[in-house]
Amino acid sequence: MDDLYRDYILDHYKRPRNFGELEPHDLEAYEHNPLCGDELGVHIRVRDGRIAALRFHGQGCAISQAAASIASEELEGMSIEEAGQLGADWMLELLGIPISATRRKCALLSLKAVRGAVTGDASWPNGSSSG
Amino acid sequence: MPQAVSAARAAGALAVRDDFPILSRRFDGRALIYLDSAATSQKPAVVIEAVAEHLRSHNANVHRGVYALAQEADAAYEGARAKIAAFAGWDAQGTILTKNVTEAINLVAHAWGRAHLGEGEAVLITEMEHHANIVPWQVLCRERGARLRYLAIDERGELSLGQLDSELARGDVRMVAVAHVSNVLGTINPVAEIVARARAAGAVTLVDGAQAVPHMPVDAHALGADFYAWTGHKALGPTGVGVLHGRHELLERMEPFLTGGDMIASVDFQRATWNELPFKFEAGTPPVAEAVGLGAAVDYLAALGMERVRAHELELTGYMLERLREVEGLSIVGPPEASARGGLASFSLDGIHAHDVAELADRGGVCIRAGHHCAQPLMRRLGVPATARASVGVYNEPHEIDALVEALRAGRELFGL
Repeated sequence: MDDLYRDYILDHYKRPRNFGELEPHDLEAYEHNPLCGDELGVHIRVRDGRIAALRFHGQGCAISQAAASIASEELEGMSIEEAGQLGADWMLELLGIPISATRRKCALLSLKAVRGAVTGDASWPNGSSSG
Repeated sequence: MPQAVSAARAAGALAVRDDFPILSRRFDGRALIYLDSAATSQKPAVVIEAVAEHLRSHNANVHRGVYALAQEADAAYEGARAKIAAFAGWDAQGTILTKNVTEAINLVAHAWGRAHLGEGEAVLITEMEHHANIVPWQVLCRERGARLRYLAIDERGELSLGQLDSELARGDVRMVAVAHVSNVLGTINPVAEIVARARAAGAVTLVDGAQAVPHMPVDAHALGADFYAWTGHKALGPTGVGVLHGRHELLERMEPFLTGGDMIASVDFQRATWNELPFKFEAGTPPVAEAVGLGAAVDYLAALGMERVRAHELELTGYMLERLREVEGLSIVGPPEASARGGLASFSLDGIHAHDVAELADRGGVCIRAGHHCAQPLMRRLGVPATARASVGVYNEPHEIDALVEALRAGRELFGL
């Protein structure tokens, strides 16, 4: 069993949940990691202050794509306020695999997009990367 | 053993792996397999020792001291410059030591560009350039109100001399800047031909030789370029020392790039006059120990013989292309035949992102690179977000290519492909 490429990670990578566009949507954001070429956008539909539906779209490595897929299942139904306060630990715990410093950006890309969409602040977690 | 391995050995391949101390390191019990020389080369013991010996026994600042030790440091630095210059077929006075190729190109873009590029004129580069040979020209063109135009790559990842001619015929091109060898496609560009046509059209030329000088015989003077840049750390030398060869008549007319100590003839309270070449372009204390290390590196390469280095890497590249093509779903960018390329292969693998490809290679103990390779416009042109890249050096051997191929196969299996 591979530490990083666990069965469920590869399953989410190959068959990502909540993937595609969502029309109409209320919130959206787009993030990319220029170092590795990962691109991830998110569309969010809001009802009563909660995430009624969301879809990710884009392309990237197994870690960034699986993270988006896994996160999407947790995010549905969550309040906008709560989603805007999610931290890196939430994502890393959900992933449940050891994430090296170089893969951290991959792992957090989807959360960065979600936080950007719900808070309008794209600077999380610590400003943008360079290429 | 596959046929190509014995062929590579029969051709008198180099066997210098033991000269490189780092290659005896083991990761998870496995020997280090380093296939990332296009990013930076490993260093032979003679280079490491030359740097250490300089710092241990000959260290003093250069160009100012009268004491014996300072004169040793001067002799070491200027001796290194002379060797570095000669290695690429240039004279020492026209050879400026910079920090890296990026600084060398910035030097030309500032010091030549600001004085010579006019509004409405053009700089011509190519779609396969490294960011180091794109961004300085973008900034210069914006500042000068000039245009930045690109030579396209064809299906093989090569340039068209026909397009070069039509671009030059527009009459506005003042600078043609082109990579000698592409760091993504591997393409060896016909730089002598490009330079000759550019010169005939009245344009100044700059060649980015970062991926060429360490891997094949290069006579920058014979190529005819006005400026030729390369860097030490890709040529078995230390980081922190780059090289810019420039034609005297151009360098003489250029104002300095960086200013401060060492580059002046005299300074009074309001103005200064400039030192002679090459010192006019070397402000501040230069990378002395690094230059000494690069001097040792070019000695090492010259002793191997650059013809032999190229022959060795050509065999390896041919073998690498052949073995990589055996991997299902793998596609290689750039010219199909090894003879048209430097010692590297960028590729994508269906169903596995380049970043994961590099991670899976590492599982097999193999170091390769993944990403845009500082060539985002080219990535866009190729229509891929990123590629994985394997690149060879003098120390690589065919079995290391086999290890990469095995790791890729194991990775496909893990991904259920």
